[in-house]
Amino acid sequence: MSWYHAVFAPGLFANPAVQQAALVAVVVAAVCGPVGTFTVVRSQSFAGHALADVTSTGGSAALLLGLSPLLGFVAFGLGAAGAMEVAGTHRRQGRDLATGIVLGAALGLSALLLYLTTTSQSSSGAVVSVLFGSIFAVSRPTVELAAGVGAAALALVGLSYRPLLLSSVNPDLAAAQGTPVRWVGAAYMAALALAVALSALTIGAILSTALLIGPAAAALQVTRSPGRAMVAASATALTSSWVAIVLAYDSYDWPPSHQGWPVSFFVVGLVLAAYLLARWLAGRRLRAPRAARALAGGRGAGLGGR
Amino acid sequence: MFSGFMVNTWAEASVMALVAGVVGFFVVLRGAAFAAHAIPQGAFTGAAGAALVGVNPLVGAGVFAFLGVGALARWSRHGRRDVVTALVLVSLLGVGALFLGLSTNYSQQAFSLLFGSPLAVSSSELVPTAALAAFCLALVVVLYRPLLLSSLAPELAAAASRHPGRAELGFLVAVGASTTMALPVVGALLVFSLMIGPPAAARHFADRPLVALGLSGGLALVTVWVAVWAAFESNWPVGFFVGSFAACWYIAGRAWASLRRAQLGGHRRQGRVGLPW
Repeated sequence: MSWYHAVFAPGLFANPAVQQAALVAVVVAAVCGPVGTFTVVRSQSFAGHALADVTSTGGSAALLLGLSPLLGFVAFGLGAAGAMEVAGTHRRQGRDLATGIVLGAALGLSALLLYLTTTSQSSSGAVVSVLFGSIFAVSRPTVELAAGVGAAALALVGLSYRPLLLSSVNPDLAAAQGTPVRWVGAAYMAALALAVALSALTIGAILSTALLIGPAAAALQVTRSPGRAMVAASATALTSSWVAIVLAYDSYDWPPSHQGWPVSFFVVGLVLAAYLLARWLAGRRLRAPRAARALAGGRGAGLGGR
Repeated sequence: MFSGFMVNTWAEASVMALVAGVVGFFVVLRGAAFAAHAIPQGAFTGAAGAALVGVNPLVGAGVFAFLGVGALARWSRHGRRDVVTALVLVSLLGVGALFLGLSTNYSQQAFSLLFGSPLAVSSSELVPTAALAAFCLALVVVLYRPLLLSSLAPELAAAASRHPGRAELGFLVAVGASTTMALPVVGALLVFSLMIGPPAAARHFADRPLVALGLSGGLALVTVWVAVWAAFESNWPVGFFVGSFAACWYIAGRAWASLRRAQLGGHRRQGRVGLPW
């Protein structure tokens, strides 16, 4: 049984912080799968990442004002999503620039807020905790609130599922059929803001992008059905987070300092490995003979992961 | 505020702003704001790693910026560009989180690397900055025509050039070099603000690309000068001012463009208005 204890260190499953983190991972993975798949299909990765950084500005604002962090995260996320929508992220042309400007302004504000916080309360660790987060440091009431926010994001995606899918894959066709493309896009941005606020709050701004984009991009490499891609993305996100939590717990015995390696490092590494594996599988399938390819990926009109 | 150590700050900030404005012109033209955001964060990881090992942060920043550039150029040939950029970004930041987690007493340094500390520029930093600046400007001069062509008409450039990927690689290298250089002053998070704010306005103010390019460098210079002055006076982080001014430039550019469109509304078809961006 020594190998078992080498992987699952003694006390792992009894540790309340680990239990909490595993629970958080379930909520985040469930939300990130569907929302992330739409993000990849709509080529909105930059917006997804920018919102994560912006919501962490909300975290610093809440820190300064002494409010609940979740309030700051959600308010700034929805505000920035609105600003991006107004500045023109619904048009492909110039979307990248508009996102960047909103992100830059928010990061500047974040710098100011963190500066004011650190000078008034002398907590210079605040920067690192807001940006890099820690899944082990989430409190019980925060998890319950976060689950509520996640449910709201999933409800938004679920209610607008068909029109959202159509306007993501083919906006012109959707507009011709009378789908309110603009409103569907706004609903998607709101769902993205909620999902990102939830995951940035619980696991930090970096991990939030990794879990949003990585698993969905990997899933879309190997399957063309949107529903299956969402499930696969959620499963990949959950697996990566759980394995990362176990590794981070084990790493307390690792060199050099015996203070543990950050869980975000492991999550990012695992997500990247999943994406590269999926790309390799997809590349191998492309090189396979045509008949085999038709069997493997020829069902219906797909999303085209590449 | 113009004496002693502040002289270094002014010199460093001016050189950096000029290069950021010139390189940023192509960032805006190519719609590469996400890459311009991702590469500095890679440089931040390198600087954090250099602090851990105990070498010059500029070296670490440079090495990781070019790792990021290489990964972007290699992977975005097959795959969605924004997804690849996001994954490169989070990979670099994940390593950065590891570096920060392994080093002790990191948070103050992390703050200055992320948000800039313009008042701590030493005169020994000026020489590498000037060298990197000269390299970036030379790269832009050499690649000016292929870059402009592949920014405005990618299909045409791909058909006309024997090595269509080369302009993109050169462009990413210029972004990497200029962000490495700007990291100590403006910080990793706001270098890209300086790269997209002034050019976003300049492209609306000028009709010809070369004029817009020069104007973009000029506006970036003004932005940094005012930001450093305001940071010096208020003691607030310089990044806040850079980010806010970038947003102001963007809004000013959009307002100017819509004003001109309204003026020319009746006889828009009589002449060419602006570049085809």
